[in-house]
Amino acid sequence: MIAVPVTLLIPTTLRAEAADQRALAVPASGTLGAVLDELAGSWPRLERRVRDESGTLRRYVNIYIDGTDCRDLGGITAPVPDGAEVEIIPSVAGG
Amino acid sequence: MPVQLAIGTAKGLFLAHSENDRKTWTISGPHFPMTGVYGVCIDTRSATPRLMAGVSSSHYGPTVAYSDDLGETWQEPDRAPIAFPADTGATLDRVWQLSTDAEGRIYAGTQPSALFVSEDGGQTFDLVRALWDHPHREKWDAGFGGQAIHTILPHPSDPSSLTVAMSTGGVYRSTDQGASWTASNTGIQATFMPEPERFPEFGQCVHKVARDATDPSRMYAQNHHGVYRSDDGGSTWSSIADGLPSDFGFPIVAHPHRAEVVYNFPLTADAMRFPPEHRCRVYRSADAGRSWEALSSGLPEGPFYPAVLRDAMCADDADPAGIYFGTRSGEVYASRDEGDSWTQVAAHLPDVLCVRAAQV
Repeated sequence: MIAVPVTLLIPTTLRAEAADQRALAVPASGTLGAVLDELAGSWPRLERRVRDESGTLRRYVNIYIDGTDCRDLGGITAPVPDGAEVEIIPSVAGG
Repeated sequence: MPVQLAIGTAKGLFLAHSENDRKTWTISGPHFPMTGVYGVCIDTRSATPRLMAGVSSSHYGPTVAYSDDLGETWQEPDRAPIAFPADTGATLDRVWQLSTDAEGRIYAGTQPSALFVSEDGGQTFDLVRALWDHPHREKWDAGFGGQAIHTILPHPSDPSSLTVAMSTGGVYRSTDQGASWTASNTGIQATFMPEPERFPEFGQCVHKVARDATDPSRMYAQNHHGVYRSDDGGSTWSSIADGLPSDFGFPIVAHPHRAEVVYNFPLTADAMRFPPEHRCRVYRSADAGRSWEALSSGLPEGPFYPAVLRDAMCADDADPAGIYFGTRSGEVYASRDEGDSWTQVAAHLPDVLCVRAAQV
């Protein structure tokens, strides 16, 4: 039972994959993986932009959970509390 | 008929469209800005042509998109159209090649080296297991551009026959619709190997292979040093480089209708990747590589340094055929008379990775 959905903040470059929304309420918590699994069900193109088919976060995508880089919290297993703010931010890449 | 020219670049897809027999072009783009478009395909098998693009974002990964209105709008399946099955332990880096056959299939060549096939117009692709499970695979290496299948040549009349090529690894053939695969590199050298091992069964860095317009058993290959022809469906290869200023380069393109006509854009050498004499010249053979002529009418006359990558040269399906190439300096040239003369279609684009053209 999810008491409060996670708020997923979406960068400009990915909003086309979420009907141009800046944020989505995702009814999941527990781990970042669980949040992205839920996202895969409702916004599959958005989810596969941030994870590859093995479930690994893409190298140049950063995700912050209540302001902390998920990679400092265990990556895909990082804990995500009810009602957390999860923000996708593209890293520095390209030329 | 109008002609569409798709130009995949390091920072998106550009589309050139001509309504006047390729005299002038209208260009749109970039579509998919800030993505590398390594593979494009113009599928003209049905009344509504479909454009397909293999798109790679350095942030958000690879995908395949398609358009049924010549690029006005693009669609993409919700689920990843190309993905490695979990048991492979592999993940898709890039789609290098999209190719169609006469039976309605769409093939995709990927990095890492794998072949996928779609039976539903590109919505979903399945891994061709027999090639992925080939015992040679663990010894296939990566060229500088990555380890990828960059050439897919379905047989025009025999659906059981399929040829692919990869860097590195070389040419592989199947005669049972992909159920089994055989390395087909006899006669192709690997100059990066020590002398006694320069003609291995596989491991060559074949850059591109093209099939002759009228004889399906005849193919042409541009190798990492070496230009070859096979007259036996790829079983054996013989050099056709003697009439060229260099045997190094990336693209090789067969004429769409005329037997024995083939095009090439040589570079000086592996260690000197500029056109010979720093001149922009396409080479054409009208006798299956026995002799070559330089074509330069309308091409830049001054010193010219850019390379043309393996998929950055193509032919359309018109008659007379159009020939096209794009450079790493972002220029695209077209010939509407089979290479006799050239005009510039576009300039100042990002690096051109691939071009494809067709009547639409």
